[in-house]
Amino acid sequence: MTKTTTNQPDGQEKIGVYVCHCGSNIAGMVDVQQVAQWAGSRLKDRGVVVARDYKFMCSSLGQELIEKDIKELGLTRVVVAACSPHLHEKTFRTACERAGLNPFLCELVSIREQVSWVHTDKVVATQKSQAVVSGGVERVLHHEPLEPLTVPIHPDTLIVGGGIAGIQAALEIADAGYHVFIVEREPSIGGHMAQFDKTFPTLDCAACILTPKMVQAGTHPNITLLTWSEVEKVEGYVGNFDVTIRKKARKVNVEKCTGCGICQEKCPKKIIDDVYEAGLGYRKAIYTPFPQAVPKYPVLDVKNCIFFEKGTCKACQKFCPTDAIDFEQQDEILNVKVGNIILATGYDLFDARKVTNYGYGRLANVFTSIEMERLTNAAGPTNGQIVLRDGKTVPKAVGIIHCVGSRDRNFNNYCSVICCMQSLKFAHLVHERTGATVYNFYIDMRTPFKDYDEFYQRVLEESTLFVRGKVAEVTDAARLPGEEGKLIIQVEDTLAGKQRRIPVDMVILSTGLEPRRDSREVGKLFGISCSANGWFTEKHPKLDPVATMTEGIYIAGCAQGPKDIPASVAQGAAAAARVLGKIQQKEMALEPVRASVIEEKCSGCRICNNLCPFNAIFFHEDRMVTEINPALCQGCGTCVAACPAGAITGTGFSNEQVLAQIDGLLLLNVGDEPIPV
Amino acid sequence: MSDVFEPVIVGFTCNWCSYRAADLAGTARMKYAPNIRLIRLMCSGRLDPTFVFKALANGADGVMITGCHPGECHYLEQNYKALRRFHLMRRTLKGLGVEPERVKLVWASAAEGAKFASEVTAFVEEIRALGPLHWGKALGNGSTPNVAEEAVGKEKMEVAA
Repeated sequence: MTKTTTNQPDGQEKIGVYVCHCGSNIAGMVDVQQVAQWAGSRLKDRGVVVARDYKFMCSSLGQELIEKDIKELGLTRVVVAACSPHLHEKTFRTACERAGLNPFLCELVSIREQVSWVHTDKVVATQKSQAVVSGGVERVLHHEPLEPLTVPIHPDTLIVGGGIAGIQAALEIADAGYHVFIVEREPSIGGHMAQFDKTFPTLDCAACILTPKMVQAGTHPNITLLTWSEVEKVEGYVGNFDVTIRKKARKVNVEKCTGCGICQEKCPKKIIDDVYEAGLGYRKAIYTPFPQAVPKYPVLDVKNCIFFEKGTCKACQKFCPTDAIDFEQQDEILNVKVGNIILATGYDLFDARKVTNYGYGRLANVFTSIEMERLTNAAGPTNGQIVLRDGKTVPKAVGIIHCVGSRDRNFNNYCSVICCMQSLKFAHLVHERTGATVYNFYIDMRTPFKDYDEFYQRVLEESTLFVRGKVAEVTDAARLPGEEGKLIIQVEDTLAGKQRRIPVDMVILSTGLEPRRDSREVGKLFGISCSANGWFTEKHPKLDPVATMTEGIYIAGCAQGPKDIPASVAQGAAAAARVLGKIQQKEMALEPVRASVIEEKCSGCRICNNLCPFNAIFFHEDRMVTEINPALCQGCGTCVAACPAGAITGTGFSNEQVLAQIDGLLLLNVGDEPIPV
Repeated sequence: MSDVFEPVIVGFTCNWCSYRAADLAGTARMKYAPNIRLIRLMCSGRLDPTFVFKALANGADGVMITGCHPGECHYLEQNYKALRRFHLMRRTLKGLGVEPERVKLVWASAAEGAKFASEVTAFVEEIRALGPLHWGKALGNGSTPNVAEEAVGKEKMEVAA
């Protein structure tokens, strides 16, 4: 342990202590006057020259009080005992700065969230507040004046994921005049929305509202589309990311390709399309996922191509009128420099096979919601005919089961947000197109947001039947007359208070949304964290929903959590606004909580070298010392704690600061007085 | 009051999860034992074992370390390093003849105010059952005891290895 002599209390430092009443929030449980008096007298030896209490320290009058004392009494340090530093640290730092004191010489200690709101004995709470103030006073003596680091912001932006959220974000930024790279791993942008038929609650055709935006993104001079591509590596930090992107070989020369589609027509190999058609339709080995794909260029699926399997065929090449097929084409590695990144990677659907009692995958006429989207889609495998798995029978009775894989402690506890409205949409479409009797089996009906409940009312009036209860089983084992050849839904009708068996021809499982299966790896690649479920974690769930804890990385759409199209679009635009704000600043200030190496003390042991997840630590082989890049360092302090030589210091959280605060909290600084509590 | 032993506990919280959990406990007006005094660090990975030994040596009866849940660290994986050090600290304490239970590691996310509150109250009871440490007094209150420094030095070597 190293003792430093800098800033040791030598009578030079003049500390002001300010205790906030916060109305009665603090003063109701803590004797604030006594805390201030105690600090003024018992901590006098520690440099406290003034200690005041005031009704609302964060008010402009309260701040002026501090500013006045700094100017008139020549305070060199300030301790404010009030609310959590997460709330008002910036307020008081700014007040100090206005009065000419370096803002980092101010310490805010919490006696509201950590004392008055959580304790019930006024005497004890007051004593604890004194200890907390004493800890703050000891700590602030070791504070150092700091200057924020500034870094330039590169004006280009990377957007990962070309679904509706990513497209919206890209268009906003591109329209503002800045360049955007969209990286999409599928052959076309459009995302899940491109698979849908109608969108609730207005029943707009999804393609009609989405494809113009896709075309806009595809032709915008400020947007570079990188489809059939994936991000491989991200280095750097806010304003200065170096991104490595793998552009997978399309085996099609896009310079020559006109998107005429002859290759797809001529390709002899038919493959079940598990992605776009959800397994209900076919595609060729060379394909565009759907006719309106952007870009229009097809990709060749090497795994299923007869030429790559057997060495002969080349039908696509023979018939291509522009000689665009290139079997020799290799993956391309691109390096781009961007200032900000938006992750709009979307969601995966819950695998309905996991709920074995609903029989998906075993009972032919049990469908998932995405299969239903394709069935209802006029461009889908049945041209919009709602029919059973045999491809021709129109169902007479249809059961729609809500919350499959959501709100179920066996699978996912969360609500997938869209399923109620999606089920109502299916109920309406089935009723409209087949005239079938439609049952909805729900736990709770959740229809918030504009015009959603009105849509529910409309479906109710269309005589769709609603059964409140979680379905126990879907079976084809007929027990009662009239059940033969049907799927029987066994359910407890909790409103009628009885068990029911309802025979239907078709069952639709409203499957929930899940985080992308690789969300944790993607999170790690970009240096952001995931919640326990695997959704990307936002900086603040309410007040900062599209930023992340990593500066310069934003999230939008379902990657952050289940949401519908309007919310995804809003988040895409919000993330774009945040990025534009950053670009406009041209450079930004970083919190100067950083680790740095004192070179003379570094023995070159390299213990710290492998600890940094941000790769901020470099080792100079020639001089055998370690160095930390302050722009990459995020300030966690793990290396500071690990250095056996004490050669790494962490600004804002130095050993001296923390050790002094421990002494202060344990009241070692107030002499022989016994430790209260 | 005077008959009951009231332990003094120093709590180290990470800035992102557990300090926010403590904030949330406050905002939600959950009540917990007042024996804990918190120090905010940027990350549980910042926790130098020296801090723990110094706190115990200077009068604390217990130390509670809190961090983000495994896999949810704001700094990706630094809480795992805290976990590693935590086990070594407990072993070192045992070697020094101190109950290793005096140091506790708790994961609390920013949403787990209730968990934070109940963990604090439970830990206070655990330390109350163990009784006062008196380490500080035995070694001369106020000065940093050599034994703690030696222990820390030894531990760092182990972490390094």
